Amino acid sequence: MRPAMQFVDTASKFQASIIVSRGDTNVDGKSIMQMSMLAATYGTRLKIKADGPDAPEAVEALRELVEVKKFGEPTPEEKSRQAY
Amino acid sequence: MEIKKGVAVSPGISIGKCLVIDAEDYRIPRRLIEPSQRLTETQRVRNAFKDAIEELTHLQAEQQEIEGQKIKDIFAVHLSYLKDRTLRKKITDMVITESVTAEFAVSNTLRDIASHFAKVKDTYISERAADIYDIEHRLLRNLVGGKRLDIAALKEEAVIVARELSPTQTASFNKEYVKGIATGAGGRTSHTAIVARSLGIPAVVALEDITESVNAGDTVIIDGNRGIVIINPDDNTIQQYLEYAVEYTELEHRLDTIREKPAETRDGVLVSLFGNIEFPDEAQGVLEKGGEGIGLYRTEFLFLNRDTEPTEQEHYDAYSKTVAVFKSRPVILRTVDLGADKYTQSRRYAREPNPFLGLRSIRYCLQNLTMFKTQLHAIMRASVLGDLRIMFPLITNLQELMQAKMVLGDVMEDLDDEGIPYNRKIKVGIMVETPAAALTASMLARDVEFFSIGTNDLTQYTLAVDRGNELVSTLYSSVDPAVIRLIRTVIQDAHKAQVETSVCGEMASEPESVMLLLGLGIRKLSIAAPMIPEIKQIIRSVTIVECNKVARKVLGMNSERQISSFLRDAARKILPEAF
Repeated sequence: MRPAMQFVDTASKFQASIIVSRGDTNVDGKSIMQMSMLAATYGTRLKIKADGPDAPEAVEALRELVEVKKFGEPTPEEKSRQAY
Repeated sequence: MEIKKGVAVSPGISIGKCLVIDAEDYRIPRRLIEPSQRLTETQRVRNAFKDAIEELTHLQAEQQEIEGQKIKDIFAVHLSYLKDRTLRKKITDMVITESVTAEFAVSNTLRDIASHFAKVKDTYISERAADIYDIEHRLLRNLVGGKRLDIAALKEEAVIVARELSPTQTASFNKEYVKGIATGAGGRTSHTAIVARSLGIPAVVALEDITESVNAGDTVIIDGNRGIVIINPDDNTIQQYLEYAVEYTELEHRLDTIREKPAETRDGVLVSLFGNIEFPDEAQGVLEKGGEGIGLYRTEFLFLNRDTEPTEQEHYDAYSKTVAVFKSRPVILRTVDLGADKYTQSRRYAREPNPFLGLRSIRYCLQNLTMFKTQLHAIMRASVLGDLRIMFPLITNLQELMQAKMVLGDVMEDLDDEGIPYNRKIKVGIMVETPAAALTASMLARDVEFFSIGTNDLTQYTLAVDRGNELVSTLYSSVDPAVIRLIRTVIQDAHKAQVETSVCGEMASEPESVMLLLGLGIRKLSIAAPMIPEIKQIIRSVTIVECNKVARKVLGMNSERQISSFLRDAARKILPEAF
């Protein structure tokens, strides 16, 4: 649930409204309840949509969190590699 | 109209609008509210969130930097949830659109989320359901806690319906407005029962799912004589109960006429009747009902309706107020009996796994010497005002007794140094309420001036039954052959050592047990004030010869069922109107 919290914390820094979609499900990217209920485990494809004055910056910050920083956690592959 | 059958624990009849208290660790039933209450309920939701956020922020700050990082993260997630506006809105919307209580909306919404998580295949996510339950629990605790304050501030008469009431909840009751109590859990010796009896509030317990059957504001009849609760009674039933209530008051008055007469058997044996109290303002009631003194003052109640420990002066004020009522007659103060279901658990970082076998009572006092000495200092200071006596609870061995007496000795030395007068010859006794103490009564007798048999705990520990657990509470009986044998041992050993023995448990106020206790040799009983006239009436109707015969017969019986039905028959012949 920590990743969901990081996501929400980052999203909440922006004025733009943020909608996250997984398939047909759309949720508010600033609500930890809704984000965690997406149950997006590692490898899930998500679409992030922002609307507002700072929308581009918001999308960029969230993309970085998910794709570059990877929430500051090892991925499952890295974890299993560490185990050996 | 719905009729529920439970266990009658405090006599009397009351009819009133009900106030329902949910329990945070029990399923919250769907309960409807009046449309006019919707704003109050949504405000309660918001307050609960606010209080929970405050609580968690404190907890988070208290965690040590390094090893506490994991816990800090968990708290951060919980905080994030509590600050989620869409979550709060979902709950307040539910209160508004469905007209349900704040408790139900919180519980229902969060449980929905939790079950959503639990269904996810990924174990990391499915295990997060536990976090959601934790958040639910924290919010409910704040809601229920707030309700407790509502009862303390009650401004109109009400009947309380709850899953179970904690000693802290009952202690904060405003007696003027609480007219009756009905609980789902509990038994004759639960704290709800004890407090209700001593306050003279009609009460019925063990009503199982009662909280699921009532809505706030329903009219409820509590029949504490027959163990019946009626929800939304029809006019005929109300009429009938108003008549019962009048009859009952008449019976009470008839019994009151024997107040001035001694508790003497027909063959001239005198029995002493003392009162049990929790608060000083009950002392007058004991006197009015004909009690000769206080046989059990449960001083721990001084701790229960407040957040901070009482000061020495507050102890002193309570004790001196009580002694003032009885002047030179005995007042036995039991030193604080905290722990188990009272007080200590909610103050611990981690709860004890088995608090009834844990750090409670005298053990708690001996590990919290500052608190213990504060109380003893106040008792000794008050000891010059009348006949105060000290009783240590839950003694299990001689060493504990000696330790407690040593602490008392220290306090006396302190008083000498401070030049404060006290009664150097104060009488010191113990509660015999563990099988260990009962079996070693002959050894303990050498170092005490009196015994008081606490039948509630003695029964619970002897039969290994939790008296508050309705799944096994039918196994709980003070007239079980095992318990009776222990009581007999104590009486015989005390007699040999010439140590006075009384009984102060609920057993002493059960009409059917009185003959047995007298037959076993007991000549002093300490009971809740409202029961004194009835028990006196029984004593005045029997002879010791008859009682001895009853005791002999009972000692020859080998089953609890046989004993209890025999005792009931014997008592019914003597005082038919009590049954």
